[in-house]
Amino acid sequence: MSFFSFAWQWLSLAHHWSGSNGVPARLIEHLEYTVLAMAIASVIALPAGVLMGHTGRGGFTLVSIANVWRSLPTLGLLVLAFISSGGASWAWLIPLVVLAIPPIMVTTYEGVLGVDADLKDAAAGMGMTSRQVLFKVEVPVALPLILLGLRTAAIQVVATATIAAYISLGGFGRYIIDGLATNNYQLVAAGAACVVVLALVVQFFFAGLGRLIVSAGLRQQARQS
Amino acid sequence: MSWAFSNASLLAHLTGQNAYLALVPVLVGLAVSLPLGVLCARFGWLYPPVLGLISVLYALPGLALFVVLIAYTGLSDTTVMIPMGVYSLAAIFPSVVDGLRSVPEPVRQAAVAMGFGTWRRLVMVELPIAVPVVIAGLRVAAVSSISLVSVGGLIGIGGLGYLFIDGEQRNFTTEIVVGIILIIILSLVTDTVLVLLRRVLTPWQRGRGRISRRADIRAELAARPAGM
Repeated sequence: MSFFSFAWQWLSLAHHWSGSNGVPARLIEHLEYTVLAMAIASVIALPAGVLMGHTGRGGFTLVSIANVWRSLPTLGLLVLAFISSGGASWAWLIPLVVLAIPPIMVTTYEGVLGVDADLKDAAAGMGMTSRQVLFKVEVPVALPLILLGLRTAAIQVVATATIAAYISLGGFGRYIIDGLATNNYQLVAAGAACVVVLALVVQFFFAGLGRLIVSAGLRQQARQS
Repeated sequence: MSWAFSNASLLAHLTGQNAYLALVPVLVGLAVSLPLGVLCARFGWLYPPVLGLISVLYALPGLALFVVLIAYTGLSDTTVMIPMGVYSLAAIFPSVVDGLRSVPEPVRQAAVAMGFGTWRRLVMVELPIAVPVVIAGLRVAAVSSISLVSVGGLIGIGGLGYLFIDGEQRNFTTEIVVGIILIIILSLVTDTVLVLLRRVLTPWQRGRGRISRRADIRAELAARPAGM
């Protein structure tokens, strides 16, 4: 497929790997956007999802809202945020945070809500307070699903962070937007390839993270089912 | 508001174009997903590699795909519709496999005992039972496709996305807000039609409340592909 040969032709040149428009510099910018957007979205979505799952309230509203939420067009939000903020350079943050919130919140809610009632009873019977049950039982048991939500959100944010370039910022989107403007398909293909590789790395990162922080008993169960 | 009324015919045209560019690929995605899903549900070992390949396609930024495709299909509707079809496939295909796997074993055995052959069992028993889960996938595909088409505005074929690009160049927020609202309305209408379709296709489910939690989670994780 010539997509790969386009991308390779550009990426295989040494001078594309240094300087402020080189792959490493753009990678760092791209990671900055991703990490910041994910951090803000997590701060909003994780506590909200845990709380709703713990109390069992608001779930129906959440799932209905998530569906409308999904229809919000990223490009529209970006230009709207950019213009109404008077051209602020942080305008890219709004669509990315908006994009990342629903997967994190919904999976956290479903994960915490779905924790086996017997487990919670046993924990309460051992004398745990409601708060202890939440943090020592419900959250750890829901962790695989929470991580899955975070991973989904992160991959979408990585792929969509390319929009920052539309309002003259950096990241791998720079290659795509510049390539589009100058009809340089090699550059566009190289930008897309970088994004895909980064998305794969994120996928592996979360798989590794799951191995580190999900309790061994849960992992065993997941393998058997 | 008065801007929207005085440009009603333009808005109607763009909304129609947006629906066309977004929904035809969803139908194609469904048409490809069904046989592929049936195959992967039957031959379990096929599923992980096919799913892996499809999720890589999912991470391709839409804008990049558009630009790469211009080299082959030019500035035509196809250029925008191919990526939409690929994304739809990625959202619908796993739900077909999940739906088919959700058929309870006793039901399958009952069908066999009644003398149903493989094909009749598939068409008359297994696929109908899979409908709610498949429709959950279809809803995700349709709604994300409608909102993603707007990115095509950057290459001049984007339905309502035109309003974003034009609004940005003219520094005119009303136009952008109208575009966002119309996309939301179009999504809601499409989503409602799909929910109604599910009710019509699965009369036995009426009054049973919501479909399986698994379908919801799956739908949320399929969330939506890359914006640009």
